[in-house]
Amino acid sequence: MQPFTYQRANNVKEAAAAVAANREARFISGGTNLLDLMKLEIERPTHLLDISRLPLDSIEETPEGGLRVGAQVRNSDLAADPRVRSRYPVLSQALLAGASGQIRNKASTAGNLLQRTRCFYFYDRNMPCNKREPGTGCAALEGFNRIHAVLGASEACIAVHPSDMAVAMAALNAEVETTLPDGTIRTMPIGDLHRLPGATPHVETALGHGEMITAVILPPAPPGRQLYRKVRDRASYAFALVSVATVIEKSGDRIRSARIAIGGVAPKPWRPLEAEYVLAGAAAADSAFTEAAESALAGAVGRGGNDFKIPLAKRTLRQTLAAAVEGA
Amino acid sequence: MAETDYRITRRAVLEGGAATCLFLASGLPVGAQNAGVVMTAGPANAPISRIPMTFRINATEHALELDPRTTLLDALRNHLGLTGSKKGCDHGQCGACTVLVNGRRINSCLSLAAQHEGDEITTVEGLADGDRLHPVQAAFVAQDGFQCGYCTPGQICSAVGMLEEVRAGWPSHASADVASGPGALTEAEIRERMSGNICRCAAYPNIVAAIRDAAEEV
Ligand SMILES: Cc1cc2nc3c(=O)[nH]c(=O)nc-3n(C[C@H](O)[C@H](O)[C@H](O)COP(=O)(O)OP(=O)(O)OC[C@H]3O[C@@H](n4cnc5c(N)ncnc54)[C@H](O)[C@@H]3O)c2cc1C
Ligand code: SF4
Ligand code: FES
Ligand code: FES
Repeated sequence: MQPFTYQRANNVKEAAAAVAANREARFISGGTNLLDLMKLEIERPTHLLDISRLPLDSIEETPEGGLRVGAQVRNSDLAADPRVRSRYPVLSQALLAGASGQIRNKASTAGNLLQRTRCFYFYDRNMPCNKREPGTGCAALEGFNRIHAVLGASEACIAVHPSDMAVAMAALNAEVETTLPDGTIRTMPIGDLHRLPGATPHVETALGHGEMITAVILPPAPPGRQLYRKVRDRASYAFALVSVATVIEKSGDRIRSARIAIGGVAPKPWRPLEAEYVLAGAAAADSAFTEAAESALAGAVGRGGNDFKIPLAKRTLRQTLAAAVEGA
Repeated sequence: MAETDYRITRRAVLEGGAATCLFLASGLPVGAQNAGVVMTAGPANAPISRIPMTFRINATEHALELDPRTTLLDALRNHLGLTGSKKGCDHGQCGACTVLVNGRRINSCLSLAAQHEGDEITTVEGLADGDRLHPVQAAFVAQDGFQCGYCTPGQICSAVGMLEEVRAGWPSHASADVASGPGALTEAEIRERMSGNICRCAAYPNIVAAIRDAAEEV
């Protein structure tokens, strides 16, 4: 690990300004992703701003009837919160499907959103990687790319975003609240937080340097049944190959509305809006689920090792929709 | 308690030439290279900065001056001689380093010591009450919940934290319905909740049995 100086933050504005003042400074929260990457010298900050003790660790009701989740709320506390369990079960399910009990006890809401890809070549400093070192190429394109993206990727990078939590938040239309280094507060839909790689895969989010996430806002719980399904190589403690979060509302035998977010297949939680349109008003039957799945994966591109993800994502989506409808 | 110092001197590192390779080949824990020494990969003449910190570990106060890079695990093992917590992977993947911080289980390898100033830390050394083993420790002995024993301190600390989570009503991925919380502590529940602790000897059946016994006792 490279040497760095360590500073404990006193408040949000000061923390944001301190990081903004140094290109090589980083926020550290739970540290479960940042320290991992620092040990491998993939991240080489010269200054760490410890925000883990800032009083951003509460979950509060919003006037609109939703929840405001502080950036420092631990993944385990968020998953166990009775309001989240009863009103946003898809979020609890996604959190509990991720990492381990120990990691969830440290991992923060903001850190989870901003965790970096698990691409093998991003982690291997001997290999070319446009995300780690812009302009060097992408070893995954012709490499062992079983875990890589089939949607939203580019010729410069085919990495996926590894978060389970973010997939559920995308299906819940969450908003991300941030504080800029000058103290200004802004919010953005979670769909705008992560950027697609295009020609600049090292630019991963819409956040400026020093911009700090302070909360995630969940709108009032949508009507209908929520469900998260995760498919992975082991039954537990493994990242998603494919995951699906859905919120589906029925009216009689018909689907009134459906929301879908897919994880493990793209550089960000993937909302296939076309598939949601297919489902709106359709009869709640296999034919509609199949049509939605075909539509969601219509633009998918396999790179060899990850070809299997395309049929796997379709099957997982069909199966999750059918299971959600059954209980809706 | 006197501070036991296992650090390698900076000079030893610099004189080592291909120091990193040598240490790796010698099987020294990777963190021992990092703790308190300027790594060869860093700027050659960077100052060794140290910051004073105080910890409460197993109900005893400890004051240390540590390089900010020191993880909680390295602070425990290399600076305080508390070698019960083990280093398996140093990347959050195995659970051998599990300790309790303010009663909660975490991976001490993925945490900076500096982040834990003032926290109440319990390691496997602090679980027993004098000569009386903690019920989870006793259950591991009674059920033969180990072979080589390397993962065991992490398994035990993790199980202590896990049983607390069950008592608090936290659901798991194995729970049928997250809203209603955990039902009975079935084998599936135990296995899911303990999945952050890998056992290379695959002593899992006995580990599960030990935890089931302990759950009844605690
Ligand atoms: C073995 C292992 C298995 C895992 N399995 C899964 C899994 O199955 N599913 C899954 O979803 N995740 C998994 N994870 C990842 C885990 O969820 C993340 O490491 C964790 O959520 C990161 O949170 P943190 O608070 O520790 O972040 P940190 O490591 O502290 O920070 C991560 C990044 O976010 C930045 N940051 C943190 N807080 C803020 C803020 N408030 N504002 C702006 N920037 C900020 C940091 O600067 C850093 O760049 C796994 C991790 C490990 C080690
Ligand atoms: S997929 Fe992205 S992260 Fe992986 S090697 Fe290619 S550029 Fe790097
Ligand atoms: S040593 Fe910490 S999880 Fe493996
Ligand atoms: S007993 Fe040997 S690793 Fe678990």
